[in-house]
Amino acid sequence: MAADTLTRVFSALADPTRRDIVARLAEGDATVGQLAEPYRMSLQAVYKHLRVLEDAGLVSRPRGPQPRPVRLEAEVLTQMETWIERYRRRAEQRYRRLDALLETMNHVNDKDGDDDVNGHRDGHRG
Amino acid sequence: MSTVTETAIEADPKLPIIRITREFAAAPRQLFRAHTDPVLFAQWVGPNAADTRIEHWDARTGGSWRYTARLGDTEYAFHGCFHEVRPDRIVQTFTYEGQPDGVALETLWIEDLGGGRSRLRSQSLVDSFEGRDAWLASGMETGVNDGYAKLQRMVDDGTV
Repeated sequence: MAADTLTRVFSALADPTRRDIVARLAEGDATVGQLAEPYRMSLQAVYKHLRVLEDAGLVSRPRGPQPRPVRLEAEVLTQMETWIERYRRRAEQRYRRLDALLETMNHVNDKDGDDDVNGHRDGHRG
Repeated sequence: MSTVTETAIEADPKLPIIRITREFAAAPRQLFRAHTDPVLFAQWVGPNAADTRIEHWDARTGGSWRYTARLGDTEYAFHGCFHEVRPDRIVQTFTYEGQPDGVALETLWIEDLGGGRSRLRSQSLVDSFEGRDAWLASGMETGVNDGYAKLQRMVDDGTV
């Protein structure tokens, strides 16, 4: 997935109604009428939201003489979540190293009692 | 799961910003030290397999920094300025020298939660959505899987 696709996905999901539509479609396919039901907005407005989601590749709306239900294209969403999750795990990994370091700092402080606020000014500076 | 509160991340949909929040079993001044003392910083900034070398470090308001991380045969270099350094907030710029025109503005807040715990909040403002998203996506390449395997081993043997 290219970065500009991701940007489209992010901006499509910036809107609370569109996030809600996506959340509901995650439960199962729904017709536009069903999707519009809980909202106090015109069917036209719901179509507009769907078009934004469609352009971002988040939903598909099969056209035809018989209106078909709207479907969530979970693949795009999963990819985006994968990106963010990987980034998050990298940060988590970094912070676990920081946890370990802070733990040793605690022990040093316990030992020599040098616990003053200006402790960071001493030593180490190269 | 131990008592560790996992890192929370948020990619702002309206601004090219990444926000990260994490709590630590440490006093604010310790977190501050871990971010401003070059010897300490090099020990955790990682990644695990990387050999991090601080080339230059002046963690004062108006100061600057540069470090390199060697991963296998590849060396990655980063530099930036310390815009403001104070115990509860560090503001700095961040450039990955592989993309020398890109610069992120990073703000760190260190919050005292009492009882020897602190919350670290960080915000990276990247100069475009494309930059932000490419940054998020970069996790796909740089040996992340090795890192996970190592992390898993550390979890398994009780190191973390």
